[in-house]
Amino acid sequence: MTLILAEMAYWQETSIRLLVGLAAVLLPAGTLVYLFLFKMMSFMQSRLGPMEAGPYGSMQLLAEVGKFLQKEDLVPRAADRIVFKLAPFVVLISTFLLVLVIPAGPDLWFIDVDTGIFLALAVSSISVIGILMAGWASASKYSLMGALRATGQLIAYELPLVLAVVGVVIQAGTLNVQNIVMAQATGEIFGYGGIGNPFIFTQFVGFAIFLIAVQAELTQPPFDMPVAESELVTGYLTEYSGLRFLMFFIGEFATAGIFSALAATLFLGGWYVPGLDPTDGLFNVIGPAVLFAKMLLVAFLIFWFRFTYPRFREDQLQKLAWKVLIPLSLINIVITGVLKVVF
Amino acid sequence: MAIKIKIPGMIKGLGITFGTMVRTLTKGSHTVQYPHVKEAPTPRARGVIALHEENCTSCMLCARECPDWCIYIEGHKYKAPPRRPGGKPRKKNALDRFDIDYSLCMYCGICVDVCPFEALFWTPEYEYSELKISNLLHDKNQLGKWMETVPEFEDYEKGSEAKKAQVPE
Repeated sequence: MTLILAEMAYWQETSIRLLVGLAAVLLPAGTLVYLFLFKMMSFMQSRLGPMEAGPYGSMQLLAEVGKFLQKEDLVPRAADRIVFKLAPFVVLISTFLLVLVIPAGPDLWFIDVDTGIFLALAVSSISVIGILMAGWASASKYSLMGALRATGQLIAYELPLVLAVVGVVIQAGTLNVQNIVMAQATGEIFGYGGIGNPFIFTQFVGFAIFLIAVQAELTQPPFDMPVAESELVTGYLTEYSGLRFLMFFIGEFATAGIFSALAATLFLGGWYVPGLDPTDGLFNVIGPAVLFAKMLLVAFLIFWFRFTYPRFREDQLQKLAWKVLIPLSLINIVITGVLKVVF
Repeated sequence: MAIKIKIPGMIKGLGITFGTMVRTLTKGSHTVQYPHVKEAPTPRARGVIALHEENCTSCMLCARECPDWCIYIEGHKYKAPPRRPGGKPRKKNALDRFDIDYSLCMYCGICVDVCPFEALFWTPEYEYSELKISNLLHDKNQLGKWMETVPEFEDYEKGSEAKKAQVPE
């Protein structure tokens, strides 16, 4: 991509980047919603899900988007109008920034910074601000309660998320996401380099903690205390309708997709398939598809947990983060560090 | 001796949802795609009430017992010719109007139970939704048409007659 972009004018390059970025955010989000939210959840509940709109209901998503676009954009009278209207954009921005650091091939990336994974984890927490803005500006008790719960939860689970990644960073010896993929592609397991060294084998604990923390970051079941329907209507989303609600919705599922892609990059080897030379130009073509497949695999796990487990109570939720996940990830870091020095 | 391994409930739960997904994909779901596939309701399902007009004497018992007063009956008396020549003309009730408002009906079936002349019947038909709520008021012609859908009377289940006899008189 960078090779092609080198001969282009700035505006051409920017518009291509914009379109690819939009596709990279919306395509996984749409796929996840249709494949998992519509279909897999239905199958797990012994029903078929949407079947009428298009073959096997595949156009249902367009119908839903059309429905949301028709709705009135309501703003409560007591709401802080500017903040209220801005909040969904802040949430969506964090999603769009996250996609930047994930490489889809040896030369396919949006930005290649040395501290890529640090950047990703930093921008992922911008969404907390958006959620708090939404909850506070709605001038509704439910929204405020939901936003406070969401903030408490997101801050609590940000820590295990970061600490789980630290193990990978120690093992790869770099913060650059592209180099982490390369480290996995060229790595060896006890001298055998046939399948590279996907970090899921050595960092299995980290992978599990990362998945649990991602689940909580997405505020989806079993960590859906902030949007608990039976208690808070829909938490910080209560007062939103139409396009702005849709933006929160897209944000949630796009973030699910991007976190899955991030997990696939960090633990499953990213765009690399074993048996090929990682510097091969071929990966610029099949890389995105490989990454997409791995992303779907991780997303399947995330959504499987989502559709299986009932909601955590607030204290259980906080206990899990502070008393189990954080100590566990610290131990994981210590062990990883010791082994890194030993070997 | 088989060693019984205790599987944590968290993992069992994942197995259940995965198993259900596989079953739905291979053997089909528990639901049916309604407008295309229809499930046959049981013969005694309370779908809609049918009126056998000849049996009705407009005695008003059903209308009076109806908890939400959704039955409207109007009738008049007339003199029928005597049975035998030279006899007195008989007084008879004619039914002018028999409406059931299904927008009010709560399908309790009390009218069917109280009818002393076997004029009202349950039928399992359920597809009579309307775009206008006023069309849910079924007049006696419409209620008479439902008679065609009344299923054959099924015998009570075995032993129910014997139980009846045990009741002290």
